[in-house]
Amino acid sequence: MLLTIRSLTKTFPGTTALDAVDFDLAAGEIHALLGENGAGKSTLIKCLTGAYSRDGGEISLEGRPISPRSTSKAQELGIGTVYQEVNLLANLTVAQNLTFGREPTRFGMVDARAQKRQAEAMLEGYGLDIDVSRNLAAYSVAVRQIIAIARAVALSGKVLILDEPTASLDAREVETLFDVVRGLRDRGLGIVFVSHFLDQVFALTDRVTVLRNGRRVASERTADLNRVRLIEHMLGHALEDEVIAHGKTHDAAAAQRPELLRFENFGRRGHVEPFDLAVGRGEVLGLAGLLGSGRTESAELLFGVVEAHSGAARDENGTFDLSSPRAAVAAGFGYAPEERKEDGIVADLSVRENIALALQAHRGWLRRLSGAEQARLANNYIARLDIRTFGPEQPVGELSGGNQQKVVLARWLAMNPRFLILDEPTRGIDVGAHAEILRLIQKVTAEGMSILIISSELDELIAVSDRVIVVRDRRHVAELTGREITSDTIVRAIAAPQAGRQNSGEEAA
Amino acid sequence: MNPRLYPLAATIAIFALAWAICVMQFPTMLSTRVVGNLLTDNAYLGIVAVGMTIVILSGGIDLSVGSVIAFSGVFIAVMLRDTNLHPLVVFVLLLAVTTAFGAAMGGLIHALAMPPFIVTLAGMFLMRGLAYMLTIDSVPINHPFYDLLDGAYWLMPGKGRLTLIGAAMLVAVAVGMVVAHRTRFGASVFALGGGEATARLMGVRVGRTTVAIYAFSGLMAGLSGIVFSIYTKSGYPLATVGTELTAIAAVVIGGTLLTGGAGFVFGTLIGVLTMGLIQTYIVFDGTLSSWWTKIIIGLLLLAFILLQKSLLRLSAIGGGRATRSRNEAAA
Repeated sequence: MLLTIRSLTKTFPGTTALDAVDFDLAAGEIHALLGENGAGKSTLIKCLTGAYSRDGGEISLEGRPISPRSTSKAQELGIGTVYQEVNLLANLTVAQNLTFGREPTRFGMVDARAQKRQAEAMLEGYGLDIDVSRNLAAYSVAVRQIIAIARAVALSGKVLILDEPTASLDAREVETLFDVVRGLRDRGLGIVFVSHFLDQVFALTDRVTVLRNGRRVASERTADLNRVRLIEHMLGHALEDEVIAHGKTHDAAAAQRPELLRFENFGRRGHVEPFDLAVGRGEVLGLAGLLGSGRTESAELLFGVVEAHSGAARDENGTFDLSSPRAAVAAGFGYAPEERKEDGIVADLSVRENIALALQAHRGWLRRLSGAEQARLANNYIARLDIRTFGPEQPVGELSGGNQQKVVLARWLAMNPRFLILDEPTRGIDVGAHAEILRLIQKVTAEGMSILIISSELDELIAVSDRVIVVRDRRHVAELTGREITSDTIVRAIAAPQAGRQNSGEEAA
Repeated sequence: MNPRLYPLAATIAIFALAWAICVMQFPTMLSTRVVGNLLTDNAYLGIVAVGMTIVILSGGIDLSVGSVIAFSGVFIAVMLRDTNLHPLVVFVLLLAVTTAFGAAMGGLIHALAMPPFIVTLAGMFLMRGLAYMLTIDSVPINHPFYDLLDGAYWLMPGKGRLTLIGAAMLVAVAVGMVVAHRTRFGASVFALGGGEATARLMGVRVGRTTVAIYAFSGLMAGLSGIVFSIYTKSGYPLATVGTELTAIAAVVIGGTLLTGGAGFVFGTLIGVLTMGLIQTYIVFDGTLSSWWTKIIIGLLLLAFILLQKSLLRLSAIGGGRATRSRNEAAA
């Protein structure tokens, strides 16, 4: 084995990002590392490249234990990384980028001619015919990606980590990149390929390791895997049986609910294809799909984060405006986004201020909520949602993930919306808080609120949803109700009848 | 031509055009005398602008340099008046002080992760205040060595005089060109200007480089102060107010991107000379108010910012087109 990782563990306050993960990489192998957001992929890579120091476990390269402390140390050891975006400097020439830090010098000065020759030599075998004295900015993302790979290989030369390298490439560029990667495999490099495009994983890789909630759940030869099994691994079981037991029983006859909202032909080019969606009063709608399939994009469209190109939203009073989050809030919508830390909470503000935020914004600054009102509001929700805090004045940033999520929920519940969108509300929180949030969802929907919940946890969707919409390739491809809601049917719908893929088949290339 | 050179080419073209217009109206402006005067009169600005170019290339700014020049003049004048030190010794002391001052600002910028604007603004007030501490009057410099320095020149063909300080500026520009474009330090400066996070990933020692950048700017400001004291033969704490802004203008007119990461030290020299040329034209004309200099410099700055914007956009489109044709070739 070229690279061996044994029981690698990394914890952050409140969560265990990696829990005794094993990983093996052979020379001359392309090894896919898969998992949903928060599964631990990037933590694993950061431990490998020295960006994080591990809390436990061993990493050895060619049989020797290593503990890289920085990216450059990892590079010297032989581990190079190419990230999705920030790799190289667009304002420098290709040659400067390739030779940066190792420029050939004469009499203390950079020898531009030797630099150019060296750069051209580094690019040999990559099938690029470009002028290395031009700025990197003159070339496309795909070319830059290959240049970054060339640099990483020249600098390290044993292990190459490709972190979502294809995210902003078109089909033909992906194929070019794959040829390069295959060439490097044949030269004997060990390549770790991180991607959430399953087609690419099947097209390129030799072995697949799946991480889930910081644990390794599978490590198999790609040839032995089928799509359904792989998706099961990625979305598999995480919930306590107790939660599932208390979840919804899916009767054959789904309860008939009065219709609250209806979206007709709602869509946006390049974002989500137009879909129809009806929401019943007090209904929980689940949105299932893999990362990048159009889950979050659907939510953003419904909340006006991006404006729809087509379609209309209707309620019993006719159509209403959803062109901006402001309009959505006015229409009684709420949205708790996926990136809680970045988009959800204001970490430096107190629990009270965070809860009062949306309500205050909705009322406008002229009708200020008094401190007493805010405190009453905060105390009410701290009690109702059982938010574990020293008090309403504690900064939200100091709370655990689950309690932060409850604060975000409290903020929207204080608005008393009629339709609340929750994107991954239980990501990165412990099991207890997980169950509490699911119970809370059941409670508020019993009071008449409608909820759209997006989740990578199939069990969770099954436990709370009255209806499940499946998205794939940015389209709503299936709608499951009643007894149809089982993990088996959902996985099958995600894994796709291949016929549906023909028109978007280029992505698979 | 390599598209990286477009802004520099534009700078040179504008300078050539401006000079052509001047010569058409006043044929005598086509002489080495005018050139000699242009170099001499703008020597201190050119030197300080070289330092500023490095700072701006790294994505920073140094607002302290005008005050540092004034401080330098006062420091030299007072030292020569009150001590028996030889001017050369005083120069060395001064350069040590201003370089250390620049290094300290760079250290603060890095250690506190503060915007260079604020740190060097504080430096600007600090240095101006220190100059006032030394004296509040204009102190003349009467030292035989100064007469020697001031009188030193090389007679160019056509009776133009390349003075010592004019030559000093040209040397400073040459040194700046080598540092910026031909050393690893220079590559790090460009890398920082392109993006600090990426630069760090590529192995730039950010702290060390930041300190060196501002130290270099301090050194150049000190050198500029020496040249200015030779030019005016005095030290005055109120001198060169706003010179930092003129230097920034020269850098931008010289084709350097104000946000950092792209530009040329040689362009800065052309920028300085363009500004000097406008001034010379107004002197030749005799009827124009000298405030026209400011107006034209303002318009030039605006034109260059627009030019850079459109060049950036053009290169983005051009990049896209290159990709497409490459794909078609592949297909």
